[in-house]
Amino acid sequence: MKHITETDRSQFYAIVGEQRALFGNEISEDYSHDELEGVHCMPEGLIKVRTAEEVSAVLAYCNERRIPVVTRGSGTGLVGAAVAVTGGIILDMTAMNRIKSLDETNMTVTVEPGVLLMELAAFADEHGFLYPPDPGEKTATIGGNISTNAGGMRAVKYGVTRDYVMSLTCVLADGSIETFGAATVKNSSGYSLKDLIIGSEGTLCVIVEATLRLVPKPAATVSVLAGFDTFANAVAAVPKIICSGTGPTAVEFLTRRAISLTEEYLGRLFPKFPGEAALLLTYDGSSERDVMERIEQSAEICIGENAIDCYIVDTEERSGAVWKARGAFLEAIKASAGQLDECDVVVPRANIEAFVAKLMPISEESGLRIEYFGHAGDGNLHVYLCRDGVEQEKWDKGLASGFDAMYEYAKELGGMVSGEHGIGFVKRHALKSRIGEKQISLMAGIKHVFDPNGILNPGKVCTETE
Amino acid sequence: MIKIIVCMKQVPGTNKVALDPVTGNMKRDGTRGKLNPFDLFAVEEALQLREKFGGHVTVLSMGPLQAESSLKEALYMGADEAYLVSDRALGGSDVLATSKALSEAVKAIGMPDLILCGKQTTDGDTAQVGPEMAEMLGIPHVSNATAFADGGEGAMLVTTTLERSECTYSIKLPFLASVEKDMNMPRLPSYKRMKALSEYEVNVLSLADLQDKDPQHYGTNGSATSVERVFAPEHDKERSFFRGTAREAAEALSGLLAKEKII
Repeated sequence: MKHITETDRSQFYAIVGEQRALFGNEISEDYSHDELEGVHCMPEGLIKVRTAEEVSAVLAYCNERRIPVVTRGSGTGLVGAAVAVTGGIILDMTAMNRIKSLDETNMTVTVEPGVLLMELAAFADEHGFLYPPDPGEKTATIGGNISTNAGGMRAVKYGVTRDYVMSLTCVLADGSIETFGAATVKNSSGYSLKDLIIGSEGTLCVIVEATLRLVPKPAATVSVLAGFDTFANAVAAVPKIICSGTGPTAVEFLTRRAISLTEEYLGRLFPKFPGEAALLLTYDGSSERDVMERIEQSAEICIGENAIDCYIVDTEERSGAVWKARGAFLEAIKASAGQLDECDVVVPRANIEAFVAKLMPISEESGLRIEYFGHAGDGNLHVYLCRDGVEQEKWDKGLASGFDAMYEYAKELGGMVSGEHGIGFVKRHALKSRIGEKQISLMAGIKHVFDPNGILNPGKVCTETE
Repeated sequence: MIKIIVCMKQVPGTNKVALDPVTGNMKRDGTRGKLNPFDLFAVEEALQLREKFGGHVTVLSMGPLQAESSLKEALYMGADEAYLVSDRALGGSDVLATSKALSEAVKAIGMPDLILCGKQTTDGDTAQVGPEMAEMLGIPHVSNATAFADGGEGAMLVTTTLERSECTYSIKLPFLASVEKDMNMPRLPSYKRMKALSEYEVNVLSLADLQDKDPQHYGTNGSATSVERVFAPEHDKERSFFRGTAREAAEALSGLLAKEKII
């Protein structure tokens, strides 16, 4: 790969102007890492694009000059995908943040990739719709959500980001602009290139516009918090709830540990509940009566499965108190650990308990504290290894042994490396070990078709750094 | 052992109630009532004091029969008993007439050791009912309470937090306190209690049950004020972007603030 020269700088200035093309010391340190800060590498250039045409011109030039291009949204990723590990430029998409149109008849919204998840959610809500994907990080961009196929809390009922992407307009590595998919309910027209791009973490092309599916806004949403003596009891109730036909929107599990850390972090108590673990179930529907009936059914199931009691979360205040804490778990654990690294394995939901039972021995063996929480309803756990000030060597060794053990056990249980955060830079080896050389080479082959010169996010997902 | 009455109000279920621009009435269609969020802190504090000292927590409200559902929310949280003052003669009560009805209801139930109120309601916002009730009952009152502790010899220590000061008072029981928002984390309504109390009937008091039965003292007749007009305030929000270098943007911002006479 080439490094940026004076000539390159002039070219970038010519495309976006001097204000939006920054180099060397002009670039903020923030661009050297993502949310988890495990991977640090400064880009050589930072180009803040505003239009698809600018993206096209930048890519055409970089392709010709073989300059690596890393596409970046809010930088809230957790796997180093938006870090320029091989140098080159970062394409900052956050200024492409317009909500371009709403089609109320077809229930679709067309957005630029820099729109934040929370902005899209609020826009849909104002217009009587719901954008169902609900990842915890609300300041992430939609482009980032699509690039990792982000999931979130409502996946149990509504599915993940992929299920809401109807079409994508993208700039290919050579600068050409293509629209993949269409705003149709069905599509049986050849390979779904759109679906290859979703979850490709900036390795295939650069998304410049997305048309997303919306659903009518539910008239009522109510949650129930069920307190259990033990985590095992809480998780044991999940398959019964899922199979009950009550149709929960979200099934989250919370541990007393994660709640205590969050109370300390937010300086605000969580509503009282008995026991060491809780399930937080949400239901939505067309009327409050319908939702309350299902809430009661699920509360009965939980009590039948040894819940100590269940609590109704039915107003804005109650919902705020519970969900604000749930949304702050990661930040709270991070604040307690100084530094952490994460694993977001997904296992068949009936195997969550078995996986969690292994965490204590893994923690003891690696010598690192482990905290966890996650989506009980879809088998996706967020497990964090906490540094707690240990020296570098112990940290590195603990991480390596801890992650190896977790990925190995997830594999045994029929799980996958990542449920919703992606592979990026840090999980490439785990992915390779899980799916094998053959599938990695199929992925690399697909990348080569899209990006023959390998300029797009090199060293990520299925390719190695040079 | 401490006997506590918590006063509460049912308010519209959403915090975004629209006003009819012609009549000024709140558009309540489709919005379920809920317990005034400020009152949740009073209920929680009462339950915590009961846990600490033992005793009995009664919740009291005034309003139409629909308000029973909000009283039941407090029962599901842990309150022991609920009373609703409901009578057509109470319709149209302002702050004064409401305070009168509630203070008479307290007398009818029996004077407790402590009366707790929320700081204010989300729909009326006057924050006056608590103190006016205390005046009518002839007991001391304190507002903005943020902590309660045993004061010995029939008294409690009450801490109040104001913008620039924090005071702790020793107050003889019985007294009334309006509690500050966020002084605690209100517990959630229990499903098990909801099931157990499914047959519970809220005690309803009418004018006939009150000591002062004179209808001239209640409702519109007993109100010292009347609402002339209700309207939603206009919100003007403008957004300006300052582009350019940090210096240029800062100069442009400072220029605008000076022009608007903010600096």
